Amino acid sequence: MSAIAVVVGVLAAGGTYLILQRGVVRIALGFVLLGHAVNVVLLASGGLQERGVPIVGASSDPADPLPQAFVLTAIVIAFGMTAFLLALAFRAGELFGLDDTEGAIPPDERVDRDLDEAEPDGNVRGGSETQVPGSEEDP
Amino acid sequence: MSRFLPLAAATPLLLAAAVAVVPAVVVRRVVAAAAIATCGGIGVAAVGSTGDGGVLATQLGGFPPPFAIAMAADTFAGLMLVVFALVTGLCLAFAGLRGHDGSPRAHAGALALLGAAAGATLTADLFNLFVWIEVLLLSSYVLITIGGTARRVRAGTIYVATNLLGSSVFLAGVALVYATAGSVNLGVLRGAAAGSGGVAIGATLVVVALAVKSALVPVHAWLPRSYPDAPTWVTALFSGTLTKVGIVALFRVVTVVFDGAAGVREAILIVAGVTMVVGVLGAVGQTSMRAILSFHMVSQVGYLVMALGIGTIAGLGAGVFFLVQYIAVKTALFLVAGAVESQEGSDDLEELGGLVHKRPALAAVFLISAFALAGVPPLSGFVAKVALVRAAFDGAAYGIGATAVAVSFLTLLSMVKIWNAAFWGSMPEEPIPGEPRAGLLVPAGVLAAVPIVLGLFAESLWVVADRAARSLADVVVYASAVAP
Repeated sequence: MSAIAVVVGVLAAGGTYLILQRGVVRIALGFVLLGHAVNVVLLASGGLQERGVPIVGASSDPADPLPQAFVLTAIVIAFGMTAFLLALAFRAGELFGLDDTEGAIPPDERVDRDLDEAEPDGNVRGGSETQVPGSEEDP
Repeated sequence: MSRFLPLAAATPLLLAAAVAVVPAVVVRRVVAAAAIATCGGIGVAAVGSTGDGGVLATQLGGFPPPFAIAMAADTFAGLMLVVFALVTGLCLAFAGLRGHDGSPRAHAGALALLGAAAGATLTADLFNLFVWIEVLLLSSYVLITIGGTARRVRAGTIYVATNLLGSSVFLAGVALVYATAGSVNLGVLRGAAAGSGGVAIGATLVVVALAVKSALVPVHAWLPRSYPDAPTWVTALFSGTLTKVGIVALFRVVTVVFDGAAGVREAILIVAGVTMVVGVLGAVGQTSMRAILSFHMVSQVGYLVMALGIGTIAGLGAGVFFLVQYIAVKTALFLVAGAVESQEGSDDLEELGGLVHKRPALAAVFLISAFALAGVPPLSGFVAKVALVRAAFDGAAYGIGATAVAVSFLTLLSMVKIWNAAFWGSMPEEPIPGEPRAGLLVPAGVLAAVPIVLGLFAESLWVVADRAARSLADVVVYASAVAP
């Protein structure tokens, strides 16, 4: 039991360290680790001792199948989120040349003028890029 | 009736998948309208058939309770479905009028958001709530980064990272609750936090995660840094549905799992007071309409959880009344900001002026909504705040009552600042060319009628809000319907 606690702790510590980095790819990897930590907690919530198959009548001491279903759902969700974060990192790389989105734009600059409109293929047309000083132009 | 509840979530979700591949924008609009009407219709039916204080509940998949995932609607949930559907419809209408719904992602994202909001409102299962909130967030990630401009990628990174952290905390909380209580069904978990330290810790983690998603101070900083960068109709949609789902879930979890424990309510009241003050002061330093309104969103969330902290039926009723009228008012204000930005080329206060002469109708809609937000009689914001403050004083929560009144004055200050800079004064000498479009003001106008009607005829909503508060407070009825 305490070994599991140590595993969760190490995973959570590594995840926290990576999330505190600036690059989006590192943040994504950090959330992968943190997600693993939480999934192990979730798995442990059903009890860790060895038991029989969770089929009615097949075992006098069946395992709890519910945490497994929880974890499976959580893994699928985490997969989608990781894919989205990596897509963001890719887009940031296209725009800034690196995946650090914080350093690229000074935070006190004015917000977007929102005159742009996304076309279905993801390209952007419209005038805001040329009007707002220092705004989004591909490097 | 209760067997139709899952449709409120399933219809928008399935049709979201359908509209994502439909090439014709007209077809997408019609399909979206049908999905929104279905969701809202089920909400109306739920409010109508829970008039006796009953709870509609259904067990998904034919499993016996408490093993099945339960969905339940009381008056509170039904009312929220109606409000979410209304806001989604009007925001999509604004996007259409603005010409911003050219991408299929707009309709698909908004419908998925609505479906997930409905699911999170109806579910009576803690893990299922986690899943709905993830669906909600995933569609919001797509919407906030629509177009993929540099600012939106930056805002999206902050937003996604913060919410992923919140989700991890949520899931860890669910695991602790399951490990100690052996169930994630809210009916089984009624009042469980009082009897078990493990459940209390797990449920507290869930509450903290929901606080992140509702932008309560001190976990609020992501909101004013990301919302203003999204397209305006998306900001309006988020303000009306996304952060409010966190509030709805917070109401449910705190009332059911903690059964309104005094210590928890005390802590919530402190957070509520700090949230109000920090949000309203943050708005003072901002210079664009959307940034000011985003900080006010943080401040107003404080009023909503204040109702939860008071915890009496009068307090909860005032909170529900506040929530309904506030969603309409705040969405209207964001849509006005969007209309200003579209027509004047900017919503930056330094580049605006004299709009009251140029666009009197726009000015009127802003004035009504801003006064309603600050709580000026006879608008609904006044009724809501009077009820809240009275409930606070009746519940001997004097500090929070006084804070609520003081923050109202500061709210008015910010609204006056926008009014003075954008609507009064002289027009800018070198106006930025905008792109005026006909009818852009209609969605905001419809929403601005809400505070007038609910202010003058407050009784009509008050009856429903009182019923919703009783259904929230009477957790025994809810629990026995969910897990009989």
